[in-house]
Amino acid sequence: MTPQLTQTADVAIPELAGLQRRLLLAGAIGAVLSLAGAFLDLRQFMQSYLMAYMLCLGVTLGCLALGMLHQLSGGAWGVVIRRPIGAASRTLPVMTLLFLPIALGMNHLYIWTNADLVAHDEILQHKHLYLNTPFFLARAALYFIVWNALAYFLNAWSLEQDKTGDEKFARRMQMLSAGGLLAYGFTITFASFDWMMSLEPHWFSTIYGVLILGGQGLSALAFLIIVLAWLSRRAPLDTIVAPAHFHDLGNLMLAFVMLWAYFSFSQYLIIWSGNLPVEIAWYMHRLQTGWRGVGITLIVGHFVAPFVVLLSRQVKRQPELLMKVAVFVLLVRLIDLFWLIAPEFHQAGVSVSWLDAVLPLTLGSIWMAAFVYQLRGRAILPVNDPEFDEALGRIIERGAPQKAAH
Amino acid sequence: MKTPSLIHGLMAEFDDPTSLVTAAGRAHREGYRCMDAYSPFPIEELHEALGSHHTRLPLIVLVGGLCGCIGGYALQYWSSVIEYPLNIGGKPLHSWPAFIPVTFECTILAAALSCVLGMLALNGLPMPYHPVFNLPRFALASRNRFFLCIEATDPKFDLEATRRFLETLEPREVSTVAD
Repeated sequence: MTPQLTQTADVAIPELAGLQRRLLLAGAIGAVLSLAGAFLDLRQFMQSYLMAYMLCLGVTLGCLALGMLHQLSGGAWGVVIRRPIGAASRTLPVMTLLFLPIALGMNHLYIWTNADLVAHDEILQHKHLYLNTPFFLARAALYFIVWNALAYFLNAWSLEQDKTGDEKFARRMQMLSAGGLLAYGFTITFASFDWMMSLEPHWFSTIYGVLILGGQGLSALAFLIIVLAWLSRRAPLDTIVAPAHFHDLGNLMLAFVMLWAYFSFSQYLIIWSGNLPVEIAWYMHRLQTGWRGVGITLIVGHFVAPFVVLLSRQVKRQPELLMKVAVFVLLVRLIDLFWLIAPEFHQAGVSVSWLDAVLPLTLGSIWMAAFVYQLRGRAILPVNDPEFDEALGRIIERGAPQKAAH
Repeated sequence: MKTPSLIHGLMAEFDDPTSLVTAAGRAHREGYRCMDAYSPFPIEELHEALGSHHTRLPLIVLVGGLCGCIGGYALQYWSSVIEYPLNIGGKPLHSWPAFIPVTFECTILAAALSCVLGMLALNGLPMPYHPVFNLPRFALASRNRFFLCIEATDPKFDLEATRRFLETLEPREVSTVAD
């Protein structure tokens, strides 16, 4: 085994430090621009901030969930991305801090915080038991406690496993992941109801939580493919990551693209069939105005295009090509969040602000800087994982003679 | 025109999967194309070592899936718009969202069926007779031995030269397979 594998990523991949600095600089410039935007139009700022925040949170929680899924399922696909997954989940304290602007500015986002409006609205009065500011904040606190605790213990045990190689930590991580996945399912369902569905408080959709959950899984996979493609061009992963790993990840991304299409269409089919005034209004804001174009863009860009491209075996086995697909998928993830959030603020027709571009870039840069910082602190592969040799053994064995032949 | 050979090919027997993959790779580099490898369990790398020949199966599945998709949609369109138009909940007769689930299921059904049937058509199964079973030791291919067979139909096949080449791969033994 090459010594590079046991070094921290900081030593093994020196470029990471420079990347982190550039990301922080980009984040700082973006933060200044965003603050200027907040003074110019606070409501637009809050709307774009929520969208950007949900994208970053989606990658973070998606990584946490994929990590727990892999603890239970095993497989070579997860061993090579275990460390980026861990690093992403360790950014949860940063995401918790970044939630503060939403908590502070919630009366600019959620109309149910307006007491006058609620007083004249019978439906909102009934929902007041759930949709009120103290309970909203208490629930948010609970979600963040659960997520941070899961990320904390999984990462702490993973570090112990690195140091000692003791198999009991693998067992512990599995036990926690089983309950953790369940907890993630419940918390993300209610968090998506609270933070996004309640933007239109009259409307409800029971599939909304899984729709967001599937989207988070897709965002996380796309992000991890980009990270792995970047890492696989450099030592020490260049001799370890094989086309087979990308093939698996590409197949998983295809599955998540289909899952998203399935959830989205199910929601539409049920509401369209029922055609009830309370439910159908959500689609009427979107499909009978200029927003219709965004919806069609999503059908083509979020389902048809990635679906057709990812059917190809060649695309999935070429890291460069698959990375391009993953970048595209992350972009349409943002458009999907835009489609879920923005029409509630601009019911007359499509309205895109410069903040809709600046805030995702800003939060994305800050989040990425935190991610790179976390990635640098540990070895780039979980070398003491009991699955490690089994998952990579044959590939390392095969890689060695090829290298000697060159 | 040569008279049809009474030999199916030459079979080399190996102890472990790694030797088989190495041997298959060397035989492919040597120029042999008509060959097949046999192992008790699937070996992912073997496919590439043998020179991954493209199969037409994906195309068959794609065409099957598209036929199922169009057929499923057409069936619903014909029944609810042309042949039995019924007003359901005031919705248009051609209500495409309601057609999607059945269209999807028909796509999957037709794609899966064309995959299974296409696979059987392409690999010639079920096959009551195959010459490799003439070799008594070949029974070990389903236990713990790994076999590489270079077939006599290969243009490069030559009983003496090919046997000498196979010997260089350090097999347990090389045997002639009668046709």
